[in-house]
Amino acid sequence: MALELKNVGRTFDGQTAVRNVNLSAGEGEIIGLLGTSGCGKSTLLRAISGLDGNYDGEIRLNGKLVDGVQESAGFIFQEPRLFPWLTVLENVTFGLTGKAGEKEKKGREILRKVGLGDSENLYPKELSGGMAQRVAIARALVTSPEVLLLDEPFSALDAFTKMQLQDLLLDIWKEAGTTMVLVTHDIDEALYLCDRIVILRGRPGEVVHEISVGEPRPRPRGSTRLAELKTDILESLDLSRS
Amino acid sequence: MVKQAISIPGTSRQTKDKANAKKGGAQKVLLGGILPLALVIVWEALSRAGVFPAYQLPAPSVILSTITGMAQDGSLWSHVGITVYRVFAGFLIGALVAVVLGSVVGFYKKAEHVLDPTIQAFRSIPSLAWVPLFILWMGIGEPSKVTMIAVGVFFPVYLNTVSGIAGVDRKLIEVGRMYGLNAYQLVTRVILPAALPSFLTGLRSGLGLGWMFVVAAELMGASQGLGYLLVVGQNTLSPETIIASIILFAVIGKLSDWILKIIEERALHYQDRAVKP
Repeated sequence: MALELKNVGRTFDGQTAVRNVNLSAGEGEIIGLLGTSGCGKSTLLRAISGLDGNYDGEIRLNGKLVDGVQESAGFIFQEPRLFPWLTVLENVTFGLTGKAGEKEKKGREILRKVGLGDSENLYPKELSGGMAQRVAIARALVTSPEVLLLDEPFSALDAFTKMQLQDLLLDIWKEAGTTMVLVTHDIDEALYLCDRIVILRGRPGEVVHEISVGEPRPRPRGSTRLAELKTDILESLDLSRS
Repeated sequence: MVKQAISIPGTSRQTKDKANAKKGGAQKVLLGGILPLALVIVWEALSRAGVFPAYQLPAPSVILSTITGMAQDGSLWSHVGITVYRVFAGFLIGALVAVVLGSVVGFYKKAEHVLDPTIQAFRSIPSLAWVPLFILWMGIGEPSKVTMIAVGVFFPVYLNTVSGIAGVDRKLIEVGRMYGLNAYQLVTRVILPAALPSFLTGLRSGLGLGWMFVVAAELMGASQGLGYLLVVGQNTLSPETIIASIILFAVIGKLSDWILKIIEERALHYQDRAVKP
């Protein structure tokens, strides 16, 4: 298993945010964590990333217990979080170690992949929201992580840019076979991208349902199968009660 | 497709911006120059007509010739030189101590609890009140003057360093942590660059205070310097010397600020500011 969670929970100052989460992801699987705001899905992702070490239970990345930031994990945040004083290329190569020439070569390669081949010398202030998030994606991918963690990565983008970047993500997945955990509150996004969707609900958040989307990719965005699943998910989210 | 569509208008917009900025800059200088120029002309005319008595407000031409006279006999350079030296030395010492203390307080919560209240308490003392004490301790030579200026420079630089470091976006630090940066790397690669704008602001206001304090220090007792010229002018009833000294202060002060401003713009060229310099 690329990723395994056993009875994971997180308590902040006596307030439990999320509890009893059991989850596993095979290599190359895309798992969606779906839930309304406040159900602890981002908290869970931060625990997996190692940024937040004070979780309860057990999280293993490639069999190794997560007790800090893992080299094998990459993180894409909701905002691009680029360093404003670095150029696009410097931002992308930020996490790389080694010789400058090699770092730049790797950075340029990945920038081409995300469609920003000739923007390497721009500064973040000169980028649109979609371009900035592309840079953030490139920055997360350049270290070739085995597991990519995404915290609502496209939620701040307009609908069209969002779809473009979702396809970009799938291209990357097809090529590198990266395991991904995607936190989202966008049901359509989860259905379009994920192999399995884990639904969290309540305060403290708990896993209430897990759905397998068996559809082959690329999935037609308006298919009836996805629409059926969406109804299913909406029912289990039970929005009327919360 | 996407990248082209975005980057090409981007670059052409930049060159246009630059050309516009140049034109706008020249226009701004012209506009801003009208009033002072008119005032000087009116002043000169009124002085020549005898409206202002020469022993109170001499004509601009007289002041100018005072300055050129001093330049010719060489005394101007030694006065300017010693004043600039004092400001520079005080600025360097004050800024250095401020950076060290400010960084420690900014980085370590414990240090903040220990040091900051005391430093804040000292800050509430009007700095000029130190002058007699410093003279008593160090005499009226250079050390007391430089210390005086250093005290003035210290506080703005300290405050801005602390707030710059404490105000670094937690989200950027998280990115650094995500890439496995250790504490030292976090400081050099994330925190310091992020705190730079605030630090530079501190340096500029510190320099401004440095110029203010050099006047105070030189008024108190000096045998050279622009502040000394002020005293000389007062004692010899020659307002042209006083005004010449004031003008020199303004010019050199502005010049030094301008140098820092250029450094600031170079260092912070990446910033997305509404008002382009």
